[in-house]
Amino acid sequence: MAQHDSTYKPGSRLEHWMDERLPIMRMMHGQFVDFPTPRNLNYLWTFGGILSFCLAVQIVTGIVLAMHYIPTADMAFDSVERIRRDVNYGWLIRNVHAVGASMFFFAVYIHIARGLYYGSYKAPREVLWILGVLLFLLMMATGFLGYTLPWGQMSFWGVTVITNLFSSLDAIVPGLGTKIVTWLWGGFSVSSVTLNRFFSLHYLLPFVIAGVVVLHIWALHVVGQNNPTGLDIKTKADSVPMAPYAVMKDLFGLGVFVLLFAWFVFFAPDYLGHADNYVPANPLVTPPHIVPEWYFLPFYAILRAIPSKLGGVVAMFSAIVVLVFIPWLDTSRVRSARYRPLYKWFLWFFFFSVLALGYLGGKPAEGVYVAWAQFFTAYYFAFFLLIMPIVGVMETPSAMPRSIAESVLGGSGQPAGATSAPEKR
Amino acid sequence: MTTLTSGMKRLAVFALAVVSTPFVAYAAGEAIHIDRQKWNFAGFSGRFDQNQLQRGFQVYKDACAQCHGISRVYFRNLVQPGGPVFNEDAVKGLAATYQIQDGPNDDGKMFKRPGRLSDRVPPPYANEQEARSVHNGAYPPDLSLITKARGVEYQGSLFAHPFHILKDMVGGYQEGGADYVYALLTGYAQAPADFKLADGMQYNKAFPGHQISMPPPLSEGAIKYQDGTPATVDQMARDVVAFLHWAGDPKQDERKRMGFLVLVYLGFTALLLYGAKRRIWAKAH
Repeated sequence: MAQHDSTYKPGSRLEHWMDERLPIMRMMHGQFVDFPTPRNLNYLWTFGGILSFCLAVQIVTGIVLAMHYIPTADMAFDSVERIRRDVNYGWLIRNVHAVGASMFFFAVYIHIARGLYYGSYKAPREVLWILGVLLFLLMMATGFLGYTLPWGQMSFWGVTVITNLFSSLDAIVPGLGTKIVTWLWGGFSVSSVTLNRFFSLHYLLPFVIAGVVVLHIWALHVVGQNNPTGLDIKTKADSVPMAPYAVMKDLFGLGVFVLLFAWFVFFAPDYLGHADNYVPANPLVTPPHIVPEWYFLPFYAILRAIPSKLGGVVAMFSAIVVLVFIPWLDTSRVRSARYRPLYKWFLWFFFFSVLALGYLGGKPAEGVYVAWAQFFTAYYFAFFLLIMPIVGVMETPSAMPRSIAESVLGGSGQPAGATSAPEKR
Repeated sequence: MTTLTSGMKRLAVFALAVVSTPFVAYAAGEAIHIDRQKWNFAGFSGRFDQNQLQRGFQVYKDACAQCHGISRVYFRNLVQPGGPVFNEDAVKGLAATYQIQDGPNDDGKMFKRPGRLSDRVPPPYANEQEARSVHNGAYPPDLSLITKARGVEYQGSLFAHPFHILKDMVGGYQEGGADYVYALLTGYAQAPADFKLADGMQYNKAFPGHQISMPPPLSEGAIKYQDGTPATVDQMARDVVAFLHWAGDPKQDERKRMGFLVLVYLGFTALLLYGAKRRIWAKAH
């Protein structure tokens, strides 16, 4: 799709001059104004734009917070409190950043689920998808690092638990895991040194994310967007120009999302966090339940479902890494689950499993909770490793429309006033 | 990978054993039920009641301050809008009753001076060690953030959970800590006959483990409210919880006021965007 010609026409002499030297306006016009987007995109497709918005919000608020935050074990908690109480609108900036992290993950989970449902990972979008998995990983790292910075009890014990996971490598090479943990901590315990380096990395990673986002969008604009039918754009009637159509739809989607965002920022800023993080970090007191932020709970449940430490760590990381391979694990020729009568049900149960794992991750790892976590973990992996390849071969897809235009407009696939097709504007 | 295969075996056994059990609320420790209270500062339209905050500060000062600090609160906060808004001269006078260490002066000596509005409310003990030595090893925590630092865990089944979450999100439930502190302050009772209470401990229905070293801080009529409100334990507990909630979130009223305007503005914007979207897409369908 990127191969379509930009209809950019430089107006002024300055624009001509620039266009002959660095045709950036031509590129932007081609990629973000007259770029053809499928005409049947639903609101689930607005989450790409929403995620870009989230990243921008986190970077801007984060830069301001870093002006007031002090990354030392003695001062971190107090400096956050100073931000909440004494910095002008500090409470607002801090709430936006803290709630923003949750909103970012909320949006990314919808974005990923959309990709899974409509088969957006399938050829020719494999690289696009893998870049997405990489972004997800980077987001998780950034979110985790950021949660340590207030240096409350959950921050401290979260770092302790998660960094200690690497010590499970001792089971493979004795001493290796311990060595890595010491190296991560910058000492023999989680300390001010650890906090300081986590702050540094927390400031670095968002810019890495921004870079990979550029690649993600680039890859998207080479192959074009998928759509609810999973069909390719074949004729001009299948698409509408990005501006104003997709842009306007994105803006409205964003508008609703920001409303939700604002509700949490102003009326429930602590709802998504944990009360224990308002207790300053204390290495001598372990909180009764160490629970990560809600967006890590499904993976936390997988970690604890496996009764061996190394096995749990391997399972947890595999749960994300397996996503890299699904373009090849899914054997169906049909992209969209809409036309996959059998697979659809397995997929919905997969979504349910992830939510159930999220619930179980927040519960103590004992008794019936562990058993259920094991059941859903087993399904999580079976879905990718068994169901995707097998159902794809077995299943007979249901009848599909012949084109994107037909799916929206019905019959001939011609827009209402067919003589003046909108894409010729 | 023996661990993995044994894990799989255990998994199979467990799956068989539990596949018929419904998701039930289950926890190893006893889950203590904390009643939700009606707070006038809760939810979308809730704001602090200035009179209640003033009463609450009085309770704090008379019943809590001997052992618990509120060291994140400055005297100036007590006169600022959105709080108890005491008379400024009265708070200056109150601050001046404290001796604050300052310095070093030009001779390099530390010295004491009367407190000012810009000082923190001084904590009762110099440090944790001193507090513990006075209290038989127990440490009365600083209360500046106490209602934020406590919460109420909801113990629900998987299927009830989403509805519960949704209800709390829509209601903007932020008062778990306040509910808990209220339950603690009013939760002192006679220990059940079979309960083994350690020396110097009190029985409390809300406290985890039910053994707390803090003696009941409130008793009927222990305080004479300046505004004549009858000083029942329930009244004092409510007032001091309101005050502590404010101490943990002094910007709450400002936040909610701004939030209301922001939501109206964004809601209107979203409507406009929707209208624009409809018009643009009308041509494409």
